[in-house]
Amino acid sequence: MKHLYSILLGILFGGILVKAEVLSWFRIQEMFWFQSFHMYGIIGSAIAVAALSLWLLKRYGAKSINGELINPTPKPFNKKGNLFGGIIFGFGWALTGACPGPLYALVGSGYGIIILSILSAMFGVVVYGRFQDRLPH
Amino acid sequence: MLQFISDPWPWYVAGPLIGLMVPLLLLVLNKSFGVSGSLKHMCAMCSVSSLSYFKYNWKKEAWNLLYIFGIFLGAVLVAEYLPSDRLVGISDATVNKLSDMGISNFTGLMPEEIFSFNHISNPATLISVILGGFFVGFGTRYAGGCTSGHAIMGLSQFSLGSLVAVIGFFIGGLFTSWLVLPSILSLI
Repeated sequence: MKHLYSILLGILFGGILVKAEVLSWFRIQEMFWFQSFHMYGIIGSAIAVAALSLWLLKRYGAKSINGELINPTPKPFNKKGNLFGGIIFGFGWALTGACPGPLYALVGSGYGIIILSILSAMFGVVVYGRFQDRLPH
Repeated sequence: MLQFISDPWPWYVAGPLIGLMVPLLLLVLNKSFGVSGSLKHMCAMCSVSSLSYFKYNWKKEAWNLLYIFGIFLGAVLVAEYLPSDRLVGISDATVNKLSDMGISNFTGLMPEEIFSFNHISNPATLISVILGGFFVGFGTRYAGGCTSGHAIMGLSQFSLGSLVAVIGFFIGGLFTSWLVLPSILSLI
């Protein structure tokens, strides 16, 4: 059942990415050129709704459907890793016009060539894994 | 009604819906919203490397792989049942700027001149598709997250690391779009 829910939630997210045009290379360049509020409005309102939801979940001690207390652990703080990794991802975001979620949605939208981007991204993960110890974090 | 759903959604509909992914994933699966970890889990699943970095039980993260399969499937379903016949609604300023740089086809989600197998040998395509993809994979693992995990999940938790990462996303993205993209498009 859990597996089915995972897929259904993915379908919902994928559908939103397409209908909101978040997966469009054009939208990403428009965002970086500050020529529209669209992407900033989406990211900003998503953060606001997520933050309010998290506050409510905590406030009422909400449990997930399998009875576990909801208490998401924050990601670790790695000053240099967050910054340098973030900048490198930024290069990729502007070049492909997509972050990871949209990459999968673009393949579903018929852009088969993006499979090459995903394979290349996996290669990037392997290279990161190889040099992780030597990179500043 | 169907027309209303088929048309591209405004930011104030799409943004809050994306934000609701955070409580939905927590309530249903008790998982934190994030996508880029899937790239690592796929590497681990396919045993592409013997590095200790990939020695963990990826099956515990199966939800994330099913989730990204769902993202793919969601896009397929929209294309099949809720297609839009409108162009991507970017501003005239963006259309003009891209036209000046040699982009003429605005019919798809991405410029056909770059993102097509017909142009696979073009340096602009190789840089955008292959090098861009490499940076997405390497950068998200180095930073520990992407737009979902850091910008939305992380910032909504007021995580300092996520704020630093998002600032990094924009340093890298602004640099590339303003200073590198014009040169790339001149290769088309």
